[in-house]
Amino acid sequence: MALDLDEFHGMFFEESFEALDDMETGLVNLDVNADPVDLDAINTIFRGAHSVKGGAGMFGFTEVAGFTHVMETLLDKIRDGAMRLSQPTVDAFLQAVDCLREMLRATQAGETVMSAHVEQTQRSLESILAAGDSEPVKAAEVDAPVSASTESPADGDPQVQLDTQRWSISFKPHAEMLATANDPLIILQELSLLGDLSVTVDMASIPGLGELESEKIYLGWQMELSTNVTRDEIVTVFEWVEGECDLEIKELSAGRDQGAKSSSEYSDIEVAKTADPAPPAGADKQKPAVPARATNSDAGSIRVGIDKVDSVINLVGELVITQSMLSRFGEDEGFLDFEGLRQGLVQLDRNTRELQQTVMQIRMLPISFSFNRFPRLVRDISGQLNKKIDLVIEGDQTELDKTVLEKIGDPLMHLVRNSLDHGIEMPEDRLAAGKSEVGVLKLNAYHSGGNIVIEVGDDGQGLPRAKLLQKARDRGLVGANEELSNDEIHHLIFHPGFSTATNVSEISGRGVGMDVVRRNIQDLGGHVELQSEEGAGCTFRIRLPLTLAILDGQLLRVGKEIFVISLVSIVESLQVTLDNVNAIAGRAELFRLRDEYIPIVRMNELFGIESDCTELEKGLLVVVESDGIQVGLFIDDLLGQQQVVIKSLETNFRQTDGLSGATILGDGTVALIIDVPGLINKCLANALDNGRSLARTAA
Amino acid sequence: MAKILAVDDSTSMLQMVSFILQEGGHEVVDACDGVEALDRARNEPVDLVLTDVNMPNMDGITLVKELRALATYKFIPMLMLTTESSTEKKQEGKAAGATGWIVKPFEPDRLLATVNKVLG
Amino acid sequence: MTTLNDPIEAAGLDSHGDTGQHLTFIVDAEEYGVDILRVQGIQGWDSVTPIPNTPAYVLGVINLRGSVVPIYDLRGRFGLDQIAFGPTTVVIVVRVETDSGEKIVGMVVDAVSEVYMIDENNIKPPPDFGSSIDTKFVHGLATVEDKMVILLNIDELLREHSAPDDAIVQDPIESAEPVGA
Repeated sequence: MALDLDEFHGMFFEESFEALDDMETGLVNLDVNADPVDLDAINTIFRGAHSVKGGAGMFGFTEVAGFTHVMETLLDKIRDGAMRLSQPTVDAFLQAVDCLREMLRATQAGETVMSAHVEQTQRSLESILAAGDSEPVKAAEVDAPVSASTESPADGDPQVQLDTQRWSISFKPHAEMLATANDPLIILQELSLLGDLSVTVDMASIPGLGELESEKIYLGWQMELSTNVTRDEIVTVFEWVEGECDLEIKELSAGRDQGAKSSSEYSDIEVAKTADPAPPAGADKQKPAVPARATNSDAGSIRVGIDKVDSVINLVGELVITQSMLSRFGEDEGFLDFEGLRQGLVQLDRNTRELQQTVMQIRMLPISFSFNRFPRLVRDISGQLNKKIDLVIEGDQTELDKTVLEKIGDPLMHLVRNSLDHGIEMPEDRLAAGKSEVGVLKLNAYHSGGNIVIEVGDDGQGLPRAKLLQKARDRGLVGANEELSNDEIHHLIFHPGFSTATNVSEISGRGVGMDVVRRNIQDLGGHVELQSEEGAGCTFRIRLPLTLAILDGQLLRVGKEIFVISLVSIVESLQVTLDNVNAIAGRAELFRLRDEYIPIVRMNELFGIESDCTELEKGLLVVVESDGIQVGLFIDDLLGQQQVVIKSLETNFRQTDGLSGATILGDGTVALIIDVPGLINKCLANALDNGRSLARTAA
Repeated sequence: MAKILAVDDSTSMLQMVSFILQEGGHEVVDACDGVEALDRARNEPVDLVLTDVNMPNMDGITLVKELRALATYKFIPMLMLTTESSTEKKQEGKAAGATGWIVKPFEPDRLLATVNKVLG
Repeated sequence: MTTLNDPIEAAGLDSHGDTGQHLTFIVDAEEYGVDILRVQGIQGWDSVTPIPNTPAYVLGVINLRGSVVPIYDLRGRFGLDQIAFGPTTVVIVVRVETDSGEKIVGMVVDAVSEVYMIDENNIKPPPDFGSSIDTKFVHGLATVEDKMVILLNIDELLREHSAPDDAIVQDPIESAEPVGA
């Protein structure tokens, strides 16, 4: 049978990358000085290497298998106490994990796996291994590299043709051989497949009837086998019962006695029994109660492709639309008499929503998937910078949508690097400032409303306000006499191209600025804010929607078109009185909302739609906010609020300015979703074009 | 056709072994570690146990030992899937009551042949 | 593969492989064709949701079985005058291949015409239309029942540029006819 095992490759890679992550976490947390060695931790790391090796061997990725074998051997020695753990060894292991990740990626991509780097890493592991051997702690035996088992000769067609030889085989199982469920009959059958077999039963050891025990074996067999297979192949048949029987194999033709295996003991034989290992009568058939296992929460989980989950989510999305269409029909007066139908529709409504919520849950993953890479990063970077840093992680089981999770990784990485590089001071500076020399970097996540909040905070020096302001003035972003609030100064770091580091360091200053971080977060429908106190530290707070698939939307009308706007971005809606509107240069309009002046965006003009009211006091102003900046959207009317399934416009079209997607309404028509942060950014850019630095300038 | 309990903490390995056994016409019950396997085996009698050695929570050798202590599993064949070529591990398995072992990596046909042989 | 099978397969290629079915349709009295394997469906004209700040030939988007699908006006795309949509006006839904993957889009045409078997060998390369329709939108010209059919390269034609649209041309017909005849 030729089975195609390729379909298991994808799963192997995914699993191996996870195993590597686990190994990395284990290594980073490993206490080198613990005595005795933390066996649990070593075992976890060992298992990672072991399972990668096992899989790689099965799938024929020999380089990966060879590499992991060296790691495994080394770990085995540490586990057995044959080698001592040291910081250089842990570092070498971490490098090996990186290297292995590279190798797996290359294998996955079908590229060349072996590189100078790989060979060098493997050599350094081998040299640690060799050095360990000379240590007189305890001699340990190195496993031979795994090789594929030889082909079974069970089909009676051995590959190597030998002359037929006659063998005398004496096989006398020990009385307890049945305890490992090795059935002598199976062994005899297997032997008979090797050639002509004649068998004589030796019943000499059968004890008296009264002493017979049903679970013991008292028979022996004397056999003659004519076969053309080698002696080794005959021995292989008895491989599993070695030590559980007396076995003598002699080559008859040659008449030589070849290495009989002797047994140390002969059991006391009391009663005869057939080789049939039937369970003894009265065997306890009761099922023992299943013990409750707290650690077993992931038991019974299955792994499915995200595309399958997404297609279910899409189908449910369509179901929701169909359901709301049906509901509308159901409200029709003509159906008033059909009570059963109406009840059914109500139930359909409830079930559909539950189904939708449940399905969305499937995509949710704990943020630990993202947080887990930071212990290693913090360890490496604090080493490079000679800083002392304690990483505190909280709320790492907080769940969010897989897509959001994947996309938030880079912004988080940037914020963490920033904190490590610019936030937390050198130990001596900290001591001088009266702080503990160990800085604290804290990652936290929690749910709040329909959002997830992720915090990256440190107890470092905080943002240097004077320096920021000076720089902004130097660059003409802020007027020489313009005074800014602390918050406004802090927000300057999100300005494109604004970096406070005096020299670009390897750790954080790789060209990507905080403006990109903010943009990435906005693209996910979230926003970032920060709190900083000079000398005490800085905390970034990212607020993100739990999912990118569904939005709590406010429907609104401009002309004949219906648009959707995210409810969370709406501050308030109000009617305009012309007294509060100021026109600037006959063009831009500002609305005075209490003490603030906010720009008015006429949606009909922006979108080129013929609207039924162009006079401000006849329509509505929806005040929306993104990153602390407010804009008033002038629209015709507000309609209902509803949860909508977000569809990308890019799938079949392209990204479009001012829009973040589309959705399908209950009547089956498409409504476009307004991109509030994008709109505000555009509005700001226009405002800057108009010669004003920020939209907050009073008229 | 037999009912086989396959145990491995590696999902890819477990699914592959299950796939091979199913292609060979067997019914497969699977478990991701010794603890789960023990639960399954207690609730659902199987004709053969095929287990990995290195697993979290409960390893394969302990699993074999625990299963052998159950009356229903006294004479059920139990095979270990192992990459450990050292005789030490094999002997440890034997002492726990394992019937035999299959060394990874293996050919699918080889796995089926061995399983079918043990099932008699 | 045995040599015995070769001639048979080769023959098979000759009789089927080079002949493709093409769906043809009318835009401003001219007949255009598109590979029928690209056609996902044909449906009547219904209202669309317009997308702000897009070229006029992007009529908007519709809900096609749960997907948001853009609808292009081929008259507009060819730079022809708009006419009121009538009872024969239909939307042909096609699959196009783009740099960012496969997309499903609809194109509004005056009417659907025929399905022709067209031998690849009888498709002539697009001639230089001069100042008229850009040849990159044309896969080739075929003559069917003494009529000329312009086979379109819809991947190019319906590709959405984020930059302002490249102009296509006035009136492909007049200049195309002498060349195709």
